[in-house]
Amino acid sequence: MAEAHPVGFQYVVEAKNRGATVIHIDPRFTRTSALAHTYVPMRAGADIAFLGGVVNYILSNEKDFREYVVAYTNASMIVGEGFRDTEDLDGLFSGYDPELNVYDQSSWQYEGQSDEGQQEGEAHADRETASGLEQESHGPPVPADVPRDPTLRHPRCVYQILKRHYARYTPEMVERVCGVPPEKFLEVCAAWTRNSGRERTTALVYSVGWTQHSVGVQYIRTGAIIQLLLGNMGRPGGGVMALRGHASIQGSTDIPTLFNLLPGYLPMPHHRQHETFRQWVDAIRHPEQKGFWANAEAYAVSLLKAYFGDAATEQNDWGYGWLPRLTGDHGTYQQVLDMIDGKIKGYFLLGQNPAVGSAHGRAQRLGMANLDWLVVRDLFAIESATFWKDGPEVATGEIVPEQCRTEVFLMPAASHAEKEGTFTQTQRLLQWREKALDPPGDCRSELWFFHHLGRLVRERLAGSTLPRDQAVLRLNWPDEEPSGEDVLREINGYDVATGAALSNFTDLAADGTTACGCWIYSGVFKDGVNQAARRKPGAEQDWVAREWGWAWPSDRRTLYNRASADPEGRPWSERKKYVWWDPAAGEWTGYDVPDFEKTKPPSYRPPEGASGVEAIAGDDAFIMQGDGKGWLYAPSGLIDGPMPTHYEPAESPIGNPLYGQGANPARKRYDRDDNPLNPASPVYPYVFSTSRLTEHHTAGGMSRQLAYLSELQPEMFVEVSPALAAERGLEHHGWAHVITSRAAIEARVLVTDRLRPLRVDGRVIHQIWMPYHWGSSGLVTGDSANDLIGIVLDPNVLIQESKVGTCDIRPGRRPAGADLLAYVEDYRRRAEGHDG
Amino acid sequence: MGVRTWIEGWPVYRQLTGTDPLGRGAAAQSPRSRDLSARTGSADSMARSVCPYCAVGCGQRIFVKDGEVVQIEGDPDSPISRGRLCPKGSASKSLVTSDRRVRGVLYRRPFGTDWEELDLDTAMGMIADRVVAARAATWEDADEEGRPLNRTLGIASLGGATLDNEENYLIKKLFTALGALQIENQARI
Repeated sequence: MAEAHPVGFQYVVEAKNRGATVIHIDPRFTRTSALAHTYVPMRAGADIAFLGGVVNYILSNEKDFREYVVAYTNASMIVGEGFRDTEDLDGLFSGYDPELNVYDQSSWQYEGQSDEGQQEGEAHADRETASGLEQESHGPPVPADVPRDPTLRHPRCVYQILKRHYARYTPEMVERVCGVPPEKFLEVCAAWTRNSGRERTTALVYSVGWTQHSVGVQYIRTGAIIQLLLGNMGRPGGGVMALRGHASIQGSTDIPTLFNLLPGYLPMPHHRQHETFRQWVDAIRHPEQKGFWANAEAYAVSLLKAYFGDAATEQNDWGYGWLPRLTGDHGTYQQVLDMIDGKIKGYFLLGQNPAVGSAHGRAQRLGMANLDWLVVRDLFAIESATFWKDGPEVATGEIVPEQCRTEVFLMPAASHAEKEGTFTQTQRLLQWREKALDPPGDCRSELWFFHHLGRLVRERLAGSTLPRDQAVLRLNWPDEEPSGEDVLREINGYDVATGAALSNFTDLAADGTTACGCWIYSGVFKDGVNQAARRKPGAEQDWVAREWGWAWPSDRRTLYNRASADPEGRPWSERKKYVWWDPAAGEWTGYDVPDFEKTKPPSYRPPEGASGVEAIAGDDAFIMQGDGKGWLYAPSGLIDGPMPTHYEPAESPIGNPLYGQGANPARKRYDRDDNPLNPASPVYPYVFSTSRLTEHHTAGGMSRQLAYLSELQPEMFVEVSPALAAERGLEHHGWAHVITSRAAIEARVLVTDRLRPLRVDGRVIHQIWMPYHWGSSGLVTGDSANDLIGIVLDPNVLIQESKVGTCDIRPGRRPAGADLLAYVEDYRRRAEGHDG
Repeated sequence: MGVRTWIEGWPVYRQLTGTDPLGRGAAAQSPRSRDLSARTGSADSMARSVCPYCAVGCGQRIFVKDGEVVQIEGDPDSPISRGRLCPKGSASKSLVTSDRRVRGVLYRRPFGTDWEELDLDTAMGMIADRVVAARAATWEDADEEGRPLNRTLGIASLGGATLDNEENYLIKKLFTALGALQIENQARI
């Protein structure tokens, strides 16, 4: 956090000065470790073993916040008889299909629910379309009424299942898998549990390298389980905080430039699951379940009204028939492989540099070299724009400029200072930026570019009667250039008849009278005022600072804050009061906007057979979930299991000490000759990980072009421990090269005790670390760490495993030219022959 | 120059006799430093902005004079950053004003060995032509069983995490209406 989000880290330091204990767990000692009370080094890729050990500590010592757990989580719910755990099946859950590598999830469900089971084909389709991502704000389907045992003694209640699942994650096992000594591990457990409960809360902060694993979603699930067990969710000072790495990466997930989503986490239709409008809407709202997703038809119709305007009518299902349909995996990595195979003609890159920033850089560049055309919109001539003349493959002879057919348009972009608009930062807060000046020369914003691209395409298609051209011709796309505020108003939503801005998503209707571009952002233009532009100085406000910017949904700063009060609506403690029920006024009140219906009392119990919002009881704090509860156990919705389980990374030097099953059995693989994975082999004996430097930003397009930052961190380097330096003959400040089955890259050596060898499963494991910012363009250049990485993905969200892999490291520079290919190939052959 | 003026021109004298005993303010000023003023004071305008790097969302103030950015600094009003910026945010003036920025369209023709310059309108027209052609060549109306597909897999896009919400909205809206599904950004990576 101190390295990549230093300004956010000021609050950690401030909390520390006020008495908070700070613990940092990381394979490498960083600036964060330097300021923490406790630094815990561990093996990259073993996080579930560590956190599962914490769960085991909590449950076997009954350290959970029992009142919170019983009231607000699904601990008491009874799971069906057919469920079998990884403890029974040596690392697999019940329902596994070894041919498709997916689970039939029906046996994971709550008792009485098994007849609604999911078919194997559906599980496969869910993985291909990363449907797990929809649950960012979207509880998966479960019925509202589930058998419960509030005493938590029933052998099939979630609490007992969890306890059995993690019983073997003992301090000794944590040491064996993670390389963390028991006393260090128990110190963390004691601090975390001691600092949680009625009077105190603990925050869990992760950086999104956590998502870059073949079990990434389950890493975060394990953190969420701990925070739920300890009563740290929905309360001030608690939570699971993701530190995201781009100015509006949260916004580009909410208003998704992602293949499988439409704005507000509505799913992009699937050709078989969502053939009709009704199938699509019912798949989102799940007619029988609790919560605000029950109103999804209003969100969906309002989106189609925003898209198609008057052309969206009840008779044509609001234009649903015009939406494109998914048939499987259309994610960025599938796209790149399709480019190599010649299936994709044109590619837009909008402020992103995959030649350096995406896994398997060689595949990225070879894909781009096999397009009809490429449009790069950026501030600088980044590597993804110049690969055809100075990329690494030009040096190896794999790309010859005179033979590379890709036509490239490098379109100069406007910077953040030269346009107005909102970024959504990592806590869901939208902040409006004023425009400081016009962009120089022919630099233009994306707003300008896409407005005019749409206009020009519509001009070219005007008068077409082909069915395929009707959606874009009927699109609500004014001829005049919109301002940022014009678009933000459409995102907020408006009354179709009057054009008046809506004030909240609860105003949305399913009858075509409202239009709304992103339902969860509804309210950002409340009262016709740009709420994201609010700038009341922080010093003039309380600590929640509600008059600065605007947070989705409904300006709530902390999600699920109903849980900050006890089931009767009273603050858990005076010290931790945040949102509570005011019986005299008959409403929820507090420092934040209550994440609950304002006048629904804690005593409210739904009538028999209720569904939707009406079915949320006065103590169902998790109002977006289908059962109103925080999930310790996920009876559906996750592709790779209802509970996090330790699997080894796809590339690991050791077998799984816990189970016969090694890596995540449901991980998404692309078994192709141009995407080899390192076999377990002494040829690749070391573990590597990558992350950011304070002085650079991702693929370097916004940092290696700047003189100050380039001077601060001028050169690609690799960190090794003194022990590994001795083992391999590496010299401090000398050259070394790192080899995997994809590539060999060179870097300067930094010998440092920031990395230390770990004893794992009875042997010594060396880890090496690299930054991933360098490439072939810019003021400072160097080899790209992402070239080392192959493509294997988390099955829930299709994000690559790029934070852990195996490698070798050798002194000296790598071979150049065609010799480099032969060198990498030789390693690969030796590894496959196991004769290294 | 009189003797008194000469003595008062001596910083140690001013430090010992004036209001600045530590010699870190008025006592240490030379005529040159006394006449300096902050760029922020003489700027024509100031825009309240947000740092473009990571997702913490630190407040920035962007000062402009004579059509040029003259200073970018932390916004002390922001309850998120309280005036602070990290090395990247502090360097963002050089991001905006860099002479390395591309200011005109660059075009590389198929099998070309170098960039050529291209007029913006011409480039926009060429890109629109290529989108229309790629769609037509790769359009899929329906699957094998006649269910609608309404799409092209011939066009892909990557990027959005560094852009504004309003921009992402238009990108998604246009591409969806064009049947282009393969739209991705850093959130997948």
